[in-house]
Amino acid sequence: MLRFIVKRIGLSILTLVIVSLIVFLMTSIMPGDIAKQTLGRDASPEAFEIWNKEKGFDKPLVVQYSRWMGGVMTGDLGTSLQYEMPVSELLAPAASKSAQLAIVALLLIAPISILGGIAAAMNRGKKVDRALTVGGLSAAVIPEFVWAVVLILVFGVAIQVFPVSAFPDEENPNLISSVFHLILPSIALLFVLFGYISRITRAGVIEALDSDYMRTAVLKGLSRKTAVFKHVLRNALLPTIAVIATQVPYLAGGLIAIERVFNYPGFGNILLDAVVARDFPLLQTAVFLTGVVIVVFQLIADILFAVLNPRIRQKVTE
Amino acid sequence: MTDESSKQAQQTVLSERLAVLRKNKAFIVGAAILGFWVFSAIFGKLIARYDQDFMDYEYINSAPSGKYWFGTDSNGRDVYSRVIVGSRIIIVISFLATLLGAFLGASLGLAAGYLKGKFDMVLMRILEAISAIPVIIIALLAVAAIGRSSSIITILIIGFIFMPNVARTVRAAVLGESELEYVAAAKLRTEKTAHILFREVLPNVLPTLIVEFTVRLGYAIFAVATLSFLGAGLEAGSPDWGTQVADTWSLIFTNVWWPTLFPSLAIASVAVSINLISDALLEVFEL
Repeated sequence: MLRFIVKRIGLSILTLVIVSLIVFLMTSIMPGDIAKQTLGRDASPEAFEIWNKEKGFDKPLVVQYSRWMGGVMTGDLGTSLQYEMPVSELLAPAASKSAQLAIVALLLIAPISILGGIAAAMNRGKKVDRALTVGGLSAAVIPEFVWAVVLILVFGVAIQVFPVSAFPDEENPNLISSVFHLILPSIALLFVLFGYISRITRAGVIEALDSDYMRTAVLKGLSRKTAVFKHVLRNALLPTIAVIATQVPYLAGGLIAIERVFNYPGFGNILLDAVVARDFPLLQTAVFLTGVVIVVFQLIADILFAVLNPRIRQKVTE
Repeated sequence: MTDESSKQAQQTVLSERLAVLRKNKAFIVGAAILGFWVFSAIFGKLIARYDQDFMDYEYINSAPSGKYWFGTDSNGRDVYSRVIVGSRIIIVISFLATLLGAFLGASLGLAAGYLKGKFDMVLMRILEAISAIPVIIIALLAVAAIGRSSSIITILIIGFIFMPNVARTVRAAVLGESELEYVAAAKLRTEKTAHILFREVLPNVLPTLIVEFTVRLGYAIFAVATLSFLGAGLEAGSPDWGTQVADTWSLIFTNVWWPTLFPSLAIASVAVSINLISDALLEVFEL
C-alpha cells in the first residue's frame, strides 16, 4: 500500500511539473508585447526596456521559469501587473469565496445525485431509470451559463424566490444569508454534475444488488429497501465519492461562468479578469494553482479507490 | 475465413446495427433536432425573416409578436433571425474543432497504443497534464496568450484541448486490438507500421472513434458557447448564440427575457440533441 501511495504521489508531482511547464510556455512564448500593452503604444523604447527589466521579462526563459516556480514553492506568487499587488493577496480571498460556493454546491449536489442514482438503480430498466439517466446526462451537456441565466430568469425575476446575486448586499451578512445567496448558483452546478455522479452511483448500486451478500441479506428476510440502505450503500458510496473528487475539474471550469453570471467575487472571476487584462503573472499562477487543486483531488480519489479495492493497487504497482 | 467473406460479415453486422439505431427513439429525436440546426446552419439566410443585422428602431426590446416571432433586442434586431443565422457559427466551429481534435488524438492514440514503451509513457504523461486543467481555463489561457480571439483560434484551441481525451480512448482500443491475430499476421507479412495502423487497426477501432467524436462534439458546443459567452471565443458583434446571451442577459432584470432565452434554448437543444445521438450510438455499438 505504501509503495502504491508513494508511486502515485510521484506521478502527481510529475504531472504538476508538466502542467507548470505548459502554463509557463503558453504565456511566455506567444507573440504579443505585454510592455506595450501596459505602458501604451507611445511610451519610449527606453521605458519599455526599463519596465521589462523591472518585471524580469528580459531574462532568459529558464531563469524566468525557475524564478516563478521557486516563488510558488516558497509562497511568493509574484505581482499582478494590473493591480500592482501581490498575487497571493488577490487570490487568497477569491479562492476562499470560491471554496464557500463549492462547499455549498457539493452539499446540495452530492446527496441529491446519490439519491438519484439509487432511485435509478432500484428501478433498473424502468421509466424512472431512463428518465433519470437520459435526463441527467442531457442536463449535463448544457453549459452552466445557460442554466444560470435560465434559473435567474425563472427564480430571480419571474417568481422572485432567490436572490439574483450570489453575494449579499449587507455589510456583515450572517451565515444563513450567505448560504441563501449561493443556492441558485449551486442549482446551476447541480444540473451539470447530477448526471455524472448519479450514473456512477447507479452503476455501483446495481453491481452491489447483483452480489451474493445482497442475496443473503434478502434471504435472511431483510426487505429490499433495508438491504439497500444497510449493505449496498456502504459498497456503492465510496466509488461515488471518488468520482465526486474527480469532478472538481468540471466544478473549477464551471465556476468561471457561474461566478460571472451571479456576480460573485471568486477565483473564476479574478481569473477571467486576468485573461481580459492579459495580467500574466496573475493568470499563470491562478491556472497553475487550479491544476494543483485538481491533481491533489484526483490523487485523493485514486488512493481512496485503492484502499477500497486491492485489485487496482496491484495493477498500478506492477 | 477469406477476406471477402469476413468483409461481408462485417457489413451485415453494421447494417443490423444501423437498423437498430433507426428504431432508437433517443436517436431519432436527437437526429431530428440536430438536423434542423444543420439545415439552418446551411440555409439560415433563407429561413431567417429579416437580415440578422437589420435594426428596426420602432421596435426596440419589443416582446415576441406576429411581426417579430422571438421579439427584438435592444438594437431592434430580430431575435428569431439572429438565432437561425447564428446556428452556422457554433455548429461549424464545434464541428471543425472536434474534427481537428479527433484527427490529432486518433493519430497519437494509434501510435501510442501500437508502439507502447517509452513513446507511449511520455505522451500519456503530457496528455494527462493537459487534461489536469479544465477545458475552459486552458482555452482562456490560450486566448490571453495569443492576445485576440477569432473563430480560427477557437477551433485550433479546442481541437488541441480535445486531443488528449481522444488519444486516450483510441489508445485503449488499440491496446486491445494489437494483441489480436490479424495484427500479428500483418506483421508477419512485413507490412509497414503505418499500413498496419491505418488500414488494419483503424477500421476496427472506428466505432469507438465515432462515438468518441459525437461525445466530443457535444463538449465542443459546450466549450464554444461558454467561451463566446465569456467574450473570449469570437469576433465581437457576431450573431453567435453565446455572444447573444452575453450581450443581452442583463436585460432579463427589466423583464426583457426574449433576447436571452431563445439563444439559450438553442444552445441547450443542440447540446442535448448531440448527447442523445452519442448515447444511442454507445448503446447500439455496445461500447
